[in-house]
Amino acid sequence: MSAVTEKGKLNFAGQYSAWRRALSPTGNTGDAVFRVLMLLVALFMVGIVVAMVIALAADSMPSIRLFGFRFLTSQVWNPIKGDFGALPFVYGTVASSLIALLISVPFSLGIAIFLVEQAPTYIARPIGFMVELLAAIPSVVYGLWGIFVLAPFLRVYIEPALAKLFWWIPLFSGTITGIGLLTGGIILAIMVTPIISAVVRDVLTAVPGSQREAALALGATKWEMIRVVLVNGAPGIAGAVILGLGRALGETMAVTMVIGNRPQISLSLFEPSYTIASAIANEFTEATGDLHLSALVELGLILFLVTFVVNGIARILVWNVTRKTGGVGRAV
Amino acid sequence: MSVSKSLRLLALVSALALVLSSIACNGGGSSSSSGSVSLTGAGATFPNPLYQKWLSEYAKLHPNVKIDYQSIGSGGGIKQLKEQTVDFGASDAPMKDEELKSAPGEVLHIPTVLGAVVITYNLEGVSKPLQFSPDVIADIYLGKIKKWNDPKITADNAGVTLPAADITVVHRSEGSGTSAVFTDYLSKVSPEWKEKVGAGTSPSWPVGIGGKGNEGVTGQVKQTPNTIGYVELAYAVQNNLPAAHIKNSSGNFIEASIDSVIAAAADSSTITPDDLRVSITNAPGAKSYPISSYTYILVYKNQKDAGKGKALVDFVWWGIHDGENFAKELRYAPLPADIVKRAEAKINSVTANGTALR
Repeated sequence: MSAVTEKGKLNFAGQYSAWRRALSPTGNTGDAVFRVLMLLVALFMVGIVVAMVIALAADSMPSIRLFGFRFLTSQVWNPIKGDFGALPFVYGTVASSLIALLISVPFSLGIAIFLVEQAPTYIARPIGFMVELLAAIPSVVYGLWGIFVLAPFLRVYIEPALAKLFWWIPLFSGTITGIGLLTGGIILAIMVTPIISAVVRDVLTAVPGSQREAALALGATKWEMIRVVLVNGAPGIAGAVILGLGRALGETMAVTMVIGNRPQISLSLFEPSYTIASAIANEFTEATGDLHLSALVELGLILFLVTFVVNGIARILVWNVTRKTGGVGRAV
Repeated sequence: MSVSKSLRLLALVSALALVLSSIACNGGGSSSSSGSVSLTGAGATFPNPLYQKWLSEYAKLHPNVKIDYQSIGSGGGIKQLKEQTVDFGASDAPMKDEELKSAPGEVLHIPTVLGAVVITYNLEGVSKPLQFSPDVIADIYLGKIKKWNDPKITADNAGVTLPAADITVVHRSEGSGTSAVFTDYLSKVSPEWKEKVGAGTSPSWPVGIGGKGNEGVTGQVKQTPNTIGYVELAYAVQNNLPAAHIKNSSGNFIEASIDSVIAAAADSSTITPDDLRVSITNAPGAKSYPISSYTYILVYKNQKDAGKGKALVDFVWWGIHDGENFAKELRYAPLPADIVKRAEAKINSVTANGTALR
């Protein structure tokens, strides 16, 4: 009898000290409290994400029930008739973000390489500062600049030239208005460049100097040395691109102002398009019908999923690259 | 030592939580303490500049009444009124029958001012205002008329040389009362529009590019040659945009102006039902501008709180009388006298616990 209680007591004490040790290896109460607090903060973030998904899913139930899978494949978006499909929005979101990355990634790499490897400090500092300043400009300002400067410039100079040179590619056909998928993509490119280049710059700075010295000592040219640095920083660079992609997928205001807001899938880059975030921002305030609201919420849910899938694909790509380079130099 | 430190940390965290929660609590409520009343309203963005003017003027006269108006859009205004999170709503389009039915109490529509939709365009070398017949506007927005020199356009514009250029159609991208009025008009004048597109805040446009807000549409029209778009009257006047004259139901081409909008409302008086929910697009009358509309304040007929209810009806009463004097300077058309009389009756019918508030 007494042995059992003794055992129980021991067990309890043992568990308690195990908990304590797990929380704070030094046995310090302050450490344990701090650790629990930080854990709660981290769990809180997870909780917010879960709560968002649940709320989105619950509110989009009427739309999911009515349209089912057709919501993802239908190209119709007609709030008056109550018929909703998300495909043109998904296309516009992914296409504009891809255009943005295609333009922005080479630029960002160039900026970062120049700042880290080539520019003297007295040039690198102000240029780096200016690039970071670009990230602080509110997106509505980008949008206004897009309407009044970029769109007319593209309409008068760039798009006619592209149409003339590449008339045989359907990407560059159609009416030239200066407003459309291409303009949206370019605005996004300008907006994500500071983010990508700032992170890539930090990644390249983190690559140990010994790598550079080793490459140069083996007789590498500066270009070959930079390639070594880039390969070393590859996972971090990919991380930077993913970060930029996240911004591009969710950007709303600036894109809305220049993309033309037309739910259609067109091969032409000159034609208007529409992104998920823009559609939600545009229609949510004046949506009175329950089904319309529900369809908009479902669009939000889809944006969540698109972001997840695109991030997942990007991560798999990163994983492939790092495996090939043997996982050297995990900068980020 | 370590215990007291962690205690201090705990105290700090709980203090922070307290502060945060007290901030959160202050955000929502509109409590009526002794003497002073606070009211909240939400809804349409179109009349917001006027309502803000009303609020600041009214606050000077009645410092004990605090009124907030949030311009979150007509849809949001109706939603919040139905959920009773605001004391009054505001909407450009009147509430639909099913919306009224699903509201927890009888909702009254009090018209406050009038607005209009103006057709604007960018055509180089055209200085005389263009003239449009209703079916031409519908055909342009349906994508059936594609060129500026289409015979249907030139027929209404003798003496104007129109280019053989493609028409670029611009419309509002976001859900908007302006789009609702415009499509309501097109549905009345074009059976094809009514069948294919219909009327609403976010119609599915057959052609064109979407600009965000009046400024987005204007930006695109101003920047791009050979475009056509539509904006609110106030916005068009302030920015000196070219405005087309539209053929009304009497066959006259009418310029959009405050007077022609008031004429549309006054001449629609006989077709305006008792609850004042009416569309005055394509209005009768020789001088009526055909794309006009009311904007409304929405209130519950039975107020729960007599003090707040009294403050609310007094404010709305002041709005449709003294408040109308601020309309013209802000480019809104004030209500015609007959409609003011009918709105007065509505305000007088508001009660709290069975007793009239005015």
